[in-house]
Amino acid sequence: MADLALMLLVFVLSFGVGYLLISRVPPLLHTPLMSMTNAISAVTILGAVLLFAVPTTPGEKAIGALALITAAFNLVGGFVITDRMARLFKIHQEPAPDRQGSQS
Amino acid sequence: MSSWGSVFVDLSIIVLLVIGIAQFRNPRGARSGNATAATALLLAFALVLYRNAILDPVLLAAALLVGGAIGALIAMRVTMIQIPAMMAFQHGAGGVAACAIAFVELTRGGAPVSVVGEVSGFLGLVIGAATFSGSMIAGAKLAAMIRQTPVVLRGHSLMLMLLLGAIVGLSLFGATASGLSLTVALVCALVAAILLGLVFAIRIGGADMPVLISFLNATAGLAAAFCGVAIQNRLLIACGATVAASGSILTAVMCKAMNRSFVKVLAGGKMAGPPKAEGETAAAPPTQARVARTPADAMVEAKAVLRDAKKVIIVPGYGMALARAQFQVADLAKRLEQLGKTVDFAIHPVAGRMPGHMNVLLAEADVDYDKLKEMDDVNPSFAQTDAVLVVGACDVVNPAAIRIADTPISGMPILNAHEARHVLICNLDERPGYSGVPNPLYDEASTLLLFGDANATVTELLESLPAMAAERRAKAS
Repeated sequence: MADLALMLLVFVLSFGVGYLLISRVPPLLHTPLMSMTNAISAVTILGAVLLFAVPTTPGEKAIGALALITAAFNLVGGFVITDRMARLFKIHQEPAPDRQGSQS
Repeated sequence: MSSWGSVFVDLSIIVLLVIGIAQFRNPRGARSGNATAATALLLAFALVLYRNAILDPVLLAAALLVGGAIGALIAMRVTMIQIPAMMAFQHGAGGVAACAIAFVELTRGGAPVSVVGEVSGFLGLVIGAATFSGSMIAGAKLAAMIRQTPVVLRGHSLMLMLLLGAIVGLSLFGATASGLSLTVALVCALVAAILLGLVFAIRIGGADMPVLISFLNATAGLAAAFCGVAIQNRLLIACGATVAASGSILTAVMCKAMNRSFVKVLAGGKMAGPPKAEGETAAAPPTQARVARTPADAMVEAKAVLRDAKKVIIVPGYGMALARAQFQVADLAKRLEQLGKTVDFAIHPVAGRMPGHMNVLLAEADVDYDKLKEMDDVNPSFAQTDAVLVVGACDVVNPAAIRIADTPISGMPILNAHEARHVLICNLDERPGYSGVPNPLYDEASTLLLFGDANATVTELLESLPAMAAERRAKAS
């Protein structure tokens, strides 16, 4: 029962802290935010690894491998793509007329 | 079960994660925020390997390599245009992982699972499976592999209810069953959940996609959190709950920006198509009769308007993404600035097919992020704006939303483009937006309709500018 209470507490606290933090993220960054939280949800990879901490049947091995592959895909892909997006958001140096002039 | 030491380590990882998310308050911190969060998860991963002896290291390493390599490859190759679909597939992958873990945990013999664990495992399984199939539908729609419009089946709501009922029934049965009958119950529930996700997502489409994709973000997190409860892992619960919170916020923000309740969005379909009665549009306050212009005249006038404008606001929409015109639009903005004009972008929260869609596209086209203005910040400035350039957007600038009651978009906050001196519409055609509500802005005398492929239209506008600059210099001298 103590475990249940603790888990409930962890859930509620995380949801609350997450809510507070994420309400402050500007709409400008909503896509990278969603991409990063998506990568964070790949925390299931821990659960997938733990499946192999006890003896497994062949069937369990197959399903466990599926969990590992999808979670790893989600984790690596999610963070890489978020990085690519986050890099796009920039302000170029103060609009230097000479540099821009040379472009046209 | 857990020592204070491990609690402390887990807590440190969560704090690191929180720091990562907190850095997203500012575009400059986003990149390091992402790296911080990734580090937190890597640490958590290393910790799990350190704490537990793994019995199948080869299988584990192979599976991780395969998944990770595919993820990295796709993530590095995908273009920003494909991001919405990619995001949906990512949510789906998260759903599969949660579902698979829950399945093994529930069917595994050995230590009896507590009631709470069993219920959570079941929820993780079902939510994960539905997230998977729902995401596949969303991804296919966003990748234009299937039609993006909502599909409403006969007895759609009833079907959803029946599937939900079947899942609840199977879970109650599964709670008392064991061995083979438990496995059968789980597989049946799994199939029902996959169907549920399909039936659920197929009904949502078009401009409602941002809501769907945000919601799937939340459910993927929720599935992870329930898996965490089932296997009693604090990190899974904490991360899952954070993601669920994030997805919920985005879902709420999207619904609010459309002035539609979540339930209405889920009901889908209703918003699409033309308004039911012609009477609804007839009730509109009489607008000035449209000034007859040939398309060529409109283009000539549009070029003059842009040339003389001092302040320009660009309103991008999903049409810009479809026409892949963001680079031309960015070039046009740069050119206008070189001519000494003020240029801003007005971004409606639901423009595009996912939250923040337009921002990513324009950032990729090298537009400075301080020029991407949010609706509330930019709306007061339309009245002082000489020219508004609408590129592939309709509903988000439809004044019917604030002038007429009882349309599907009534009450939806819009960008007040109609307050500007001139409005240039670079849309494909005159057809209304996803809402089906005709746009009275098109009829106003101050509006120039430049229908056609936005890519070509914007290029033509762009090419007219340097010549004009030369002309001006010639006149001045």
